[in-house]
Amino acid sequence: MRFSDIVFALLIGLGLWQALVIITDAPHFILPSPWRVAQAAYKSRVIIVENAWVTAIEVVLGLLIGTLLGVATAIQLAMSKTAERLMLPILVFTQAVPVFALAPLLTLWFGYGMGSKIVMTVLIIYFPVTSAFHDGLARIDSGYRDLMISMDAGKWTFMRHIQIPNALPSLGTGLKLAAVYAPIGAVIGEWVGASKGLGYLMLLANGRAKIDLMFASLIVLACLTVILHIAVGILADRLTRYAQGTSNT
Amino acid sequence: MSKSPGITLKGQHRIGGRVLFNADLHIPGGQWTCLLGRSGVGKSTILRLILGLKTGGVFCGSFIATDGIKLAGRISYMAQSDLMLPWLSVLDNVCIGARLRGRVPDTASARDLLRRVGLSNHADQKPATLSGGMRQRAALARTLFEDRAIVFLDEPFSALDAGTRADMQELAADVLKDRTVLLVTHDPAEAARVAHQITVMSAQATQNWQVPKTAALREINAAETLVCQAELLAYLRGIAA
Repeated sequence: MRFSDIVFALLIGLGLWQALVIITDAPHFILPSPWRVAQAAYKSRVIIVENAWVTAIEVVLGLLIGTLLGVATAIQLAMSKTAERLMLPILVFTQAVPVFALAPLLTLWFGYGMGSKIVMTVLIIYFPVTSAFHDGLARIDSGYRDLMISMDAGKWTFMRHIQIPNALPSLGTGLKLAAVYAPIGAVIGEWVGASKGLGYLMLLANGRAKIDLMFASLIVLACLTVILHIAVGILADRLTRYAQGTSNT
Repeated sequence: MSKSPGITLKGQHRIGGRVLFNADLHIPGGQWTCLLGRSGVGKSTILRLILGLKTGGVFCGSFIATDGIKLAGRISYMAQSDLMLPWLSVLDNVCIGARLRGRVPDTASARDLLRRVGLSNHADQKPATLSGGMRQRAALARTLFEDRAIVFLDEPFSALDAGTRADMQELAADVLKDRTVLLVTHDPAEAARVAHQITVMSAQATQNWQVPKTAALREINAAETLVCQAELLAYLRGIAA
């Protein structure tokens, strides 16, 4: 994705938005123009940055903790057939419960602060990371297993020196998915009950019919998600290039 | 490395009730034995059985080392695929066995092995930067690093071009001298060149083939090598029909 392409796509998006405002002639409290939103964003820049910072911390911490838990679970599942047999069905079953439905409960348990949003983010990304990494760990050339047996390798040393590096591209795929889901988790947590964050700001602006501020918050949230997606994409690409031996890192 | 023992294998291997092969095989110690036969007859299965790898069937019989000591941990293995780990340098690939056993590898000896296989200048490169032949040489160095008396080679040179294959045969014959080598191959020319013993396998039995009287490693264009190769090929075509 080239920078010029991004700018071009952005200009097309803004043009379509402005055209929609002109064609529908909607009042500004229903559909504000891009210019009006830009003005609101500038005017409320301090409050937007404050709340965006809170959401960003929730997302990044949730992503880190969720990834660590997912990686640890995937390794455990791959190391032990018993754990795999017992835990995989439970993991799949937990996915049948919509995580969004747990948001009020999490708020009750972990309070209105960052804690409940981080837990929500962790819950939402835990399965994709675990599943993708576990697939990668299990999908290994049988030749490597033969080599392991002929070399009298230990289970853990095989995991550490062969299975984990071999599964890094799969972990990258899981992380890319997680980067898309993580902001959703944090914002839904904020919608259910919060005193800070972009989700909270959007609700607040909506309640006061400040739709331009709501749009501004939404755009900042989208920008945060895109930045996260690009950053995680770069990390995933590095993991893949490392595993393929095509990078110098 | 201790003195290389021979291996004796006798028994029947079944897959789902069907007999894959009946074998009575003696692999002499310190020599190269080439195992030939049509595809699917169970050549690689014999090798996998002795190595303790999965075979997808049941073996009724026994295999023992001629010195009476257990075979486990005394055999190193090289497959058709080089199985280089792409994220490690060539040197680290050679040492991987030690790391997998939880030991600190002797990198000086690994570098020396890389020198023997002509890869001194590529020790710190990643396998992706090497040619197929160079990767197989690195795999050979990794096999040697294990420093085991018995070496099993499962069609290790079959994917290489003819010139590189001939070079690899010469290199392997040199560096694996005095070890007990079992080479599974489809190539009669390879067997006629490197073998001290040629064993042809069919579902019913294993039989030893007359090898040229000259010492291995034989010249590619030597008359006795070519005759052995031609006769072996004719025989293999006959049993494959």
